[in-house]
Amino acid sequence: MSDEEDIILAELSDDELVPQMHDDLYDGLKEEIEEGVNILLGRGWTPYDVLTKALVEGMRIVGIDFRDGILFVPEVLLAANAMKGGMKILKPLLVETGAPRLGNMVIGTVKGDIHDIGKNLVTMMMEGAGFEVRDLGINNPVENYIDAMEEGEIDILGMSALLTTTMPYMKVVIDTMVEKGMRDDYIVLVGGAPLNEEFGKAIGADAYCRDAAVAVETAKELMAKKHNQMSA
Amino acid sequence: MHVLDDTLTETGLPAPDQQVGRVLVVACGALAREILALVAVNGWDHMDLTCLPANYHLYPDKIVGAVEKLVLEKRSQYDSIFVAYADCGTGGLLQAKCRELGVEMIAGPHCYSFYEGNDTFAEKSEDEVTVFYLTDFLVKQFDAFVWKPMGLDRHPELRDMYFGNYTKLIYQAQTNNPDLDAKAEECARKLGLPLERRFTGYGDLEKALAPL
Repeated sequence: MSDEEDIILAELSDDELVPQMHDDLYDGLKEEIEEGVNILLGRGWTPYDVLTKALVEGMRIVGIDFRDGILFVPEVLLAANAMKGGMKILKPLLVETGAPRLGNMVIGTVKGDIHDIGKNLVTMMMEGAGFEVRDLGINNPVENYIDAMEEGEIDILGMSALLTTTMPYMKVVIDTMVEKGMRDDYIVLVGGAPLNEEFGKAIGADAYCRDAAVAVETAKELMAKKHNQMSA
Repeated sequence: MHVLDDTLTETGLPAPDQQVGRVLVVACGALAREILALVAVNGWDHMDLTCLPANYHLYPDKIVGAVEKLVLEKRSQYDSIFVAYADCGTGGLLQAKCRELGVEMIAGPHCYSFYEGNDTFAEKSEDEVTVFYLTDFLVKQFDAFVWKPMGLDRHPELRDMYFGNYTKLIYQAQTNNPDLDAKAEECARKLGLPLERRFTGYGDLEKALAPL
């Protein structure tokens, strides 16, 4: 999607710059994204608008092309890396300006598994969508999840696994939540390459999320349901 | 039999034109050399071999359907068929399909496990969570299975996003081959990981094929 001729980002109008940033994100151009973010902030955009209109929308396009087999993991990683650069600038500003919060999530890769690419993408996209995310990292025993949920006001638990040998551990975590009588207090989302919808249902998760974009949409949907149930 | 590793990766190995044995082994292309070596050394003349492309491991959802197709195609010609795959990322679906088809397969999660011996591998698994494994075949086909599909040939800067959580590369050697040892060292250097060479031989693969 990149043009051959050099584009001076600062010379573009807002209406030109935002689609250009979508292109730059698509092409994984971190420095250009950082520059674009700073330009928009300098023009008086709120950090929340920069995040949603320039970065999240750009990653949404990347997500669609990944789902449709046009982009592959390396390209998505480059795009994510570029978005991360933009997020680094925006995150402290979002805290200061009080962007809308949709809910709180704890996320981690399960015990025995050190793969975190998918989890990191979900974390970033959830943060971009307005969720506060506590990332527990990799190789998490059940205690880590339980402690994190008990410590904070958490709405959503996210678990990730890349290996068929480690994905059954998600059931250990859910079963422990059931034993402790806390299962119904949380939305449980699971994801990872070897998982599927049947597996998610079989272990008692609320939803299996195929990719980061689906995770965000599912989280929003289930949070809305939860709020409706609480207010009914 | 001379077969190129690239062929085993991309197209596999067809069943022999003229059936010789009474048992057909339907295997992953990554195991072809090892199975042929075992057949030769043990004189297992009753065994024919056909392999699916090894690169199905990059898309494990292809494995179950392809195995089923081969078994159904060939079962009338042979007394029995054995599937030389472990679970290999199919999440139990290959096991279920083999049960449905009435054929046996190799026990265990993947070749790293059965080469080492499934019991031994399971015992070590907690201590080796951060280990990346390669076998003889994968050392030879490192570019086709690791470097290129992960885009590291085009974007080496992504290496630490993929491998940053790993602490060691273990080369599980099926054979003693100084050329492969040197290649494994090169793989470790490219991944930025320290290398341990661990001779496994054929492990549970030989035990699985011997009774056939």
